[in-house]
Amino acid sequence: MKARVHVMLKNGVLDPQGDAVRHALGALGFDQVDGVRQGKVIDLDLAEGATEAQVAEMCEKLLANTVIESYSIEMQG
Amino acid sequence: MKAAVVVFPGSNCDRDLAVAFEQAGCDVSMVWHKETALPDGVDVVGVPGGFSYGDYLRCGAIAAQSPICKAVVDHADRGGYAIGVCNGFQILTETGVLPGALLRNAGLKYICRTVGLRVETSNSAFTEGYAKGDVIDVPIAHHDGNYFADADTVAALEDQDRIAFRYVDNPNGSVADIAGILSDNRRVLGMMPHPERAADVGHGGTDGVAVFRALAGLVTTA
Repeated sequence: MKARVHVMLKNGVLDPQGDAVRHALGALGFDQVDGVRQGKVIDLDLAEGATEAQVAEMCEKLLANTVIESYSIEMQG
Repeated sequence: MKAAVVVFPGSNCDRDLAVAFEQAGCDVSMVWHKETALPDGVDVVGVPGGFSYGDYLRCGAIAAQSPICKAVVDHADRGGYAIGVCNGFQILTETGVLPGALLRNAGLKYICRTVGLRVETSNSAFTEGYAKGDVIDVPIAHHDGNYFADADTVAALEDQDRIAFRYVDNPNGSVADIAGILSDNRRVLGMMPHPERAADVGHGGTDGVAVFRALAGLVTTA
């Protein structure tokens, strides 16, 4: 089974990379973009029976730094 | 005074930090990241700058989970002294020994130059060789030195006089111009600038020497 973890900077934490991407899109003429936030996606191959609670523990201990980042988990069959 | 400098794969300021400790009169041992314990009788641990584990995942995140880091956290919990410089500061925040986190520089560029720091407190084993308000010149060399903590944490750091150094001219977007902070027991210092690179006339400046001289004068063993 698999799980996909999304890690994003928390709201209120400045994301200079997202802002640079927004500027670049603007320079390409995409005037409709008001904001960009950049995060990361982590795919986990898991042993059968692994639980979302275990993935959440992985996020808390390593995959995300909850001082600055939030995470969400998608369990995939 | 016995000092130990931790070495991770990707550390590149470990020798500089060791030399700074030695020149201040410390006995220094280097400790590989796979060790599970610090040498007996270590008074102060140095966590050096560099790119531990290639900065994978987040700067300092993998190093913070290494075997030696558990020993460093135990040392700090026992009231032992520790200094984390640059990547070492990032590692100490990732372990939770120090609050906050280091984000990508606000200007997105890696910055490598000497900056002015204002000493914000002389009330610590690291800064007692300075007077509050002194301005010292110390090099920075980082891509992720933008200190962040929530407003309550920054207020607590200010109220408890735990901001050790502030940038005179903030180069990286750090909240409240913070360049270095102390733990709640004042025995752990984390800072992005490199005092060990301003510790010899050959470096072009010696404003960082006082950090190591003051530490070397301590005799407490944790």
